[in-house]
Amino acid sequence: MADSTHAEELSLKEKIKQDIDHHLEDVHDFHLFSDEAAGKHYGFPLPVIIWDDGLHVFMSSKFHHGESVAESNGNYYALYHNKIYRTDAAGAMAFDGDHHPTNVKPLDLSITKNVFSIMMASLILFLMFRSLGNSYKTNRVPKGIGKFLEPLVIFVRDEIAIPNIGKKHYEKYMSYLLTVFFFIWLINLLGLTPLGINVTGNIAVTFALSLMTFLITQLTSKKYYWKHIFWMPGVPAPMKVILAPIELLGVLIKPFALMIRLYANIKAGHIVIMSLIGLLFVFNNWFARGAFFGLTLFLSVLELLVAALQAYIFTMLTALYFGSAVEEDHH
Amino acid sequence: MEIPNIVGAGLIVIGAGMGIGRIGGSAMEAIARQPEAAGKIQTAMLIAAALIEGIGFAALFAA
Repeated sequence: MADSTHAEELSLKEKIKQDIDHHLEDVHDFHLFSDEAAGKHYGFPLPVIIWDDGLHVFMSSKFHHGESVAESNGNYYALYHNKIYRTDAAGAMAFDGDHHPTNVKPLDLSITKNVFSIMMASLILFLMFRSLGNSYKTNRVPKGIGKFLEPLVIFVRDEIAIPNIGKKHYEKYMSYLLTVFFFIWLINLLGLTPLGINVTGNIAVTFALSLMTFLITQLTSKKYYWKHIFWMPGVPAPMKVILAPIELLGVLIKPFALMIRLYANIKAGHIVIMSLIGLLFVFNNWFARGAFFGLTLFLSVLELLVAALQAYIFTMLTALYFGSAVEEDHH
Repeated sequence: MEIPNIVGAGLIVIGAGMGIGRIGGSAMEAIARQPEAAGKIQTAMLIAAALIEGIGFAALFAA
């Protein structure tokens, strides 16, 4: 008896771990919840777009949550660990010695869960800011959602852009700073909804964001920025030689840290909340369940703060890097 | 004897925690001394904390 309950508990823990891993991955369908007893999954499919000697477009419902092989224009595709591979009609997979699949992996341009979430966030931002922009045409005082957004725009301008970039140059960076701030904030908040979105906890997304910051910094940099890197003013000559490679490395490390910080913060937050929700099911007495419910609630509220804080820090450091790029010689 | 990675992760968390704790404590003190500079102190505190956090996460990934 004791043995069987122990085995059951292990499988439950394994299942919770699987659910967390599944949540953190970028998948081809929106999975909301499952009815285990009936074996049914609820959610909605997303379009799969693959380039494999021609374009193949079909809905991910053809995979039946990875349980069956999808056929498209004479080719067969199967899901293995949420990646699409070309297979035969039976869905056979071949593996090499290290247990990596050797099947052909087509170029996957699908609208995955993350891509869909990014599109959704962009649409929401577009609608919100268009209504803010339009309300200025009739009245200088914004109406509706604009009343909420205007102070935030002013906050980004007065607290982030002007102190870090300077009054002279800040205007040309405002559009990027505002986009990054509101995009990261909204996508972080969407990640806290039960939809199971984990976009900024995906390193590819944060890589793209920090790459934009990196490119804008380099492309708009002035002479003094490079002088600061290669021939640091105000230090003795031998020190200048030592500092040059360090500063040059710093150019790459800055956006790298930006990428890792956002990614790790959001991913860690999601793992912690998911684990605590999982613990609710591990314990069998109501006292522990109540305690973990309270802890989950507390951490969820904390994540609300982290969502805004990470957006603020990303924008703030981006503005700091832009500021160093346009800094002028003041000696 | 091989030291498991988790020990390294623990050391990193201790280090980063001490760093951020010191920043937070000093910022508290500074704000208490000069409440009118609270905004500026907060900004500087967040930047410094974010930089430490960045290093901490980078090390955690390495561990």
